[in-house]
Amino acid sequence: MTATAALLLLADSRLPAGGHAHSGGVEQAVSAGRVGDIVTLERFLRGRLATAGAQAATVAAFACLEVTDRGASGPAGGLWSDLDTEVSARMPSPAQRAVSRAQGRALLRVVAAAWPSPVVHRVGARPHHAVALGVAVALAGGTARDAALVAATGAVGGPASAALRLLGTDPVELTALLARLAPELDRCAARSGADAVAAAGDPARLPAPNGPLLDVLAERHASAEGKLFAS
Amino acid sequence: MTSPQAGGGDASTRRRTSLRLGVGGPVGTGKTALVAALCRVLGPEMSLAVVTNDIYTTEDADFLRAAGVLDPDRIEAVQTGCCPHTAVRDDIAANLDAVEQLEARHEPALVLVESGGDNLTMTFSKGLIDLQLFVIDVAGGDKVPRKGGPGVTASDLLVVNKTDLAPLVGADLDVMARDAARVREGRPVVFTDLRNEPGAAPVVAWLRGRLRGQDAAPSP
Ligand SMILES: Nc1nc2c(ncn2[C@@H]2O[C@H](COP(=O)(O)OP(=O)(O)OP(=O)(O)O)[C@@H](O)[C@H]2O)c(=O)[nH]1
Ligand SMILES: [Mg+2]
Repeated sequence: MTATAALLLLADSRLPAGGHAHSGGVEQAVSAGRVGDIVTLERFLRGRLATAGAQAATVAAFACLEVTDRGASGPAGGLWSDLDTEVSARMPSPAQRAVSRAQGRALLRVVAAAWPSPVVHRVGARPHHAVALGVAVALAGGTARDAALVAATGAVGGPASAALRLLGTDPVELTALLARLAPELDRCAARSGADAVAAAGDPARLPAPNGPLLDVLAERHASAEGKLFAS
Repeated sequence: MTSPQAGGGDASTRRRTSLRLGVGGPVGTGKTALVAALCRVLGPEMSLAVVTNDIYTTEDADFLRAAGVLDPDRIEAVQTGCCPHTAVRDDIAANLDAVEQLEARHEPALVLVESGGDNLTMTFSKGLIDLQLFVIDVAGGDKVPRKGGPGVTASDLLVVNKTDLAPLVGADLDVMARDAARVREGRPVVFTDLRNEPGAAPVVAWLRGRLRGQDAAPSP
């Protein structure tokens, strides 16, 4: 049985893993005039979910599966480094990769305290965020599909609250938007969980749904002046 | 000297020997001026490092680098996503990362963490710092200590800066001292005028005492 309460902790925006300082491209999208109201925000978040969200969900599900399938110490170091390479290959923007690793490291710090395990020390000091998230969900007692769901939720939830701060979006309307996205999040989690199972043991077989826009926004953000968010 | 427990239980956290000092307070009260003063006075005698939390730019880090008070490699700037107090209180991940990187590179005896300018409700997490200063100024009038808030009441040292402006804004420093003493229950308060006395002598004296360690009793 899945440890539901522990999963809620991992999906909570109050998790102290650095997420609050990241907009996931929303700040640049706002600056560029792509996002300015609830309609354009919804379009952006749907796109984000289909690309970076699906990518993170699949990677998190894969990492989770590796830990749950291989017992106490998890997979051998080689698997983690192969997975790291495959995730990096799916993230062309250096800025995006740096952000992913900073968040992965921050999450590992929380996991080490909340769900201590030797696996935490084998995954590397600065894993990609989705990898750390998969490990976290496994150690918290969740399944690959749970990991995908937490990753997908985070992929839209964080950027949504960034939009609220940047645009002064009505929080009730924003929650209604997220509720409209919920069925798509569940579908994404199911698909990503299945993709991870299909790729089991071989990270090179993971799909690569990531699109170019978020990488472009991340690169622009990295060199932008006067910004509120770290990404 | 200080207890090295802070750090959120990260397995990679070595035993550390640095004192981590938070410098918080409302916007524009003189936090960066104070950090610069501490670097200028203490930099020649001990290894120092600084983390700044800029809200919208890298202004503070740039100022410190340009002021030449510290090797630029010893300064890290953190971005706080609209919420300066979140980054030093509720979710300290990015700040911890910055502090740990500086500690790994320079083994500082003292790490100064300047928060983004915020309001009277801001306070640092004990997971991030060992001791905290709260900097207010007299430019907003003499009512600020009376208004309280966790920084004013519970910080390890309350710094009331810009005393040179008191006559201009009609602020009564005695009233500020009296109100501060009342809400702080004996915790120390110092007055500074960093414009005319950029050495921040009262703060330096307090900090030296803490660094010597006799009365340093950081969080367990
Ligand atoms: N008159 C006077 N001005 C001061 C004093 N200390 C600092 N200032 C000036 O006050 C302004 C703000 O000082 P900072 O040190 O940047 O203040 P801060 O708290 O770091 O500001 P933020 O980081 O933006 O919140 C600068 O123009 C300083 O030169 C002082 O004692 N007297
Ligand atoms: Mg400043």
